[in-house]
Amino acid sequence: MQISGAEIVVRCLQEEGVEFLFGYPGGAVLEIYDAIFRQDKFKHVLVRHEQAAVHAADAYSRSSDKVGVALVTSGPGATNAVTGIATAYMDSIPMVVISGQVATPAIGLDAFQEVDMVGITRPCVKHNFLVKDVNDIADTIKKAFYIAKSGRPGPVVVDIPKDVTQQRAEFHYPESVHIRSYVPATRGHPGQIKKAINLLLEAKRPYIYVGGGAVQGNAAAEVTELVKSLGLPCTNTLMGLGAYPGSDPQFLGMLGMHGTYEANMAMQYCDVLIAVGARFDDRVISVPSHFLSQPKKIIHIDVDPSSISKRVKVDVPIVGDVKHVLREMLDILRQSGQKPDAGHLAGWWKQIEEWRGHNSLLYTPSTELIKPQYVVEKLYEITGGKAIVASDVGQHQMWAAQYYKFDDPKQWLNSGGLGTMGFGLPAAMGAQLANPDATVACITGEGSIQMNIQELSTCKQYHTPVKIVALNNRYLGMVRQWQEFFYGTRYSESYMDALPDFVKVAEAYGHVGFKIENPSDVEPVLREAFGPALKERLVFLDFRTDQSENVFPMIQNGKGLDQMDLPPHMRDIQQVPFENNRDYGNMC
Amino acid sequence: MRHILSILLENEAGALSRVVGLFSARAYNIDSLTVSTTEDPTLSRMTIVTHGSDEVIEQITKQLNKLIEVVKVIDLNESEHIEREMMLIKVRATGKDREEMKRMADIFRGRIIDVTEKTYTIELTGTSDKLGAFIEAIDRAVILETVRTGASGIGRGERVLKI
Ligand SMILES: Cc1cc2nc3c(=O)[nH]c(=O)nc-3n(C[C@H](O)[C@H](O)[C@H](O)COP(=O)(O)OP(=O)(O)OC[C@H]3O[C@@H](n4cnc5c(N)ncnc54)[C@H](O)[C@@H]3O)c2cc1C
Ligand SMILES: Cc1ncc(C[n+]2csc(CCOP(=O)(O)OP(=O)(O)O)c2C)c(N)n1
Ligand SMILES: [Mg+2]
Repeated sequence: MQISGAEIVVRCLQEEGVEFLFGYPGGAVLEIYDAIFRQDKFKHVLVRHEQAAVHAADAYSRSSDKVGVALVTSGPGATNAVTGIATAYMDSIPMVVISGQVATPAIGLDAFQEVDMVGITRPCVKHNFLVKDVNDIADTIKKAFYIAKSGRPGPVVVDIPKDVTQQRAEFHYPESVHIRSYVPATRGHPGQIKKAINLLLEAKRPYIYVGGGAVQGNAAAEVTELVKSLGLPCTNTLMGLGAYPGSDPQFLGMLGMHGTYEANMAMQYCDVLIAVGARFDDRVISVPSHFLSQPKKIIHIDVDPSSISKRVKVDVPIVGDVKHVLREMLDILRQSGQKPDAGHLAGWWKQIEEWRGHNSLLYTPSTELIKPQYVVEKLYEITGGKAIVASDVGQHQMWAAQYYKFDDPKQWLNSGGLGTMGFGLPAAMGAQLANPDATVACITGEGSIQMNIQELSTCKQYHTPVKIVALNNRYLGMVRQWQEFFYGTRYSESYMDALPDFVKVAEAYGHVGFKIENPSDVEPVLREAFGPALKERLVFLDFRTDQSENVFPMIQNGKGLDQMDLPPHMRDIQQVPFENNRDYGNMC
Repeated sequence: MRHILSILLENEAGALSRVVGLFSARAYNIDSLTVSTTEDPTLSRMTIVTHGSDEVIEQITKQLNKLIEVVKVIDLNESEHIEREMMLIKVRATGKDREEMKRMADIFRGRIIDVTEKTYTIELTGTSDKLGAFIEAIDRAVILETVRTGASGIGRGERVLKI
């Protein structure tokens, strides 16, 4: 029996086991929306802005093992989706975005609501397709899901012209896909794995640096086993948080621009580094030449060969899936029963404990002003460390990363690579739908939340009782911090004036709001918000925090990992002098 | 250093723009690019001449391989290879230049493929260097127009690029 292209789209999504489709209708996708109306296998979530549909689908992927899906119309619907697509791309998140396109005969004629979606998204997708024949829809969607989740994951766009959704064809969903030009690696090279093990066993100061690839690759258990069995110190990138338990003593905290003193010092002074699904980002190692000025051997496990030796030349590249590669390493280690030299390791740990003893995340408590760090610490306590935390972008994001100790992967959702303000609320919504029983918090700032605040309406409609923890410093705080440090306190356009009354905003959307101005109210209000009485409600917590608080430690532009700006209590520590490294133009 | 990359890719709409887009997005150089279908109509073969440090060339190769439609990439510089480019050059051929142009074309093993009272159009094939040398060898003032295909390359001997 022949069915319409639109019905084929819907059937494909059903075959893929899609639970939620995040979308927004419009002319080019009306046929698909009609087919959605006539089915009940998956639920459509009507967002209030297409960017939010894509962030929600993205967070649905991040917080589950499934692939999030979004649907947008042509033209403005498609362009609104682009920020969301680029966000997922930078963080290697699997996702399928279906966009409507004008009818094939109209393509290229500057038709109403026409944009070259395939062209616009080409640099920020793993792959994209324009489907020109109704007979190709099923194959293409099958490929899209396969490409999105295999190898190094990423977003895939399927652009479908309206006439193609109206034409009819037989529906047949392929059982498997074979793409001759796309064969992602899985198992690592045995010889390289052997070399890696030998290096680790001979190391005097070994260190493991774990990134988003271990979260995406579901390799937290393997990472933990390796760290434990070899007695290694471990650090996670911003994207890797949760891949190794944040509350474990072998965890040194996050590293990088706002990493802990001990995590960064260990990165600089280790002699053998094993990088696991991490990509030596400029926010992590800063200047490559300075990082390598301390000699070290580097092992790098990554599924994407282009991540290896991109910024830093490595000694033992292992192309493969983290889980597979780590399992093989663990098998070999188990059989041989070998361990690194205990004496060397003890010396290394002694050094690390000395660094750790400085407590670089210490902040000055206050009884007058609410310290943002304190709010995150209390949130951690009150949620038992078990909440899924979605974050926006700014200082609050860094405090969330530093003070909420994530023990499980997929618990921490944030835009690391693109740094997209406005990610938090739609992400929290997507994560709540993927995890209906979980406690979901959105840590945000008064700047970021306003970038997608309209989603309070979507949250109402679909009963996603997320808890918004706004660290409201009345500043674009991260920008203000840079202006304080590097632009002579000229706070150009970083003050958030004319803020709305967030409590009233929340109430206007049918939610609950609290404004918290006293440190002594932080804990009781958090308890109430996360307590049983408000379990089913979205709660907006507007914490008026200390406006002048800065994120420490911090590595300035062009400085090295051992040249941090440290918090006030650590200012007398002698650090390596700054030799004016090349400026990499980091941005906030 | 100059490198010649040979790329086998799916003969599909959009594949070429992905390759070109990659070079501009990542600020790699394209000195020349040629592309056409192969004996297998589902595949295109592309030759890109580029330059960069070893690290950059390694990244280019890896990034190209990452494109879904790219089947295979080889760097011809890694072994013996042959490179050919064709140039059509229209020159003024009047008075004493007429004889001189014929002579130069012969020396470079070019062929005159179109003749008018005032012009010759010469077809010349060789390495890109040779075509450059020809341009250097003749009087600039007589050149009316040049068009070059960009280099194509192939491995020497039994080495083949196939899927
Ligand atoms: C305001 C702000 C401040 C920031 N400060 C910091 C900071 O202090 N510290 C910090 O770490 N980051 C920071 N970031 C984030 C930073 O920009 C990068 O996004 C982040 O460091 C990259 O993390 P990653 O190296 O884990 O790589 P990801 O982007 O997570 O990439 C994952 C890597 O793993 C690979 N991979 C994926 N799946 C697999 C698999 N199954 N098997 C093997 N490999 C796989 C991929 O190919 C890729 O190379 C900040 C961002 C913002 C917005
Ligand atoms: C869409 C977007 N625009 C601009 C920026 C640059 N930027 C990074 S952090 C920041 C300030 C964020 O302010 P707020 O949400 O209040 O968080 P705070 O830093 O105060 O905690 C800005 C403007 C960005 N990351 N994303
Ligand atoms: Mg703020």
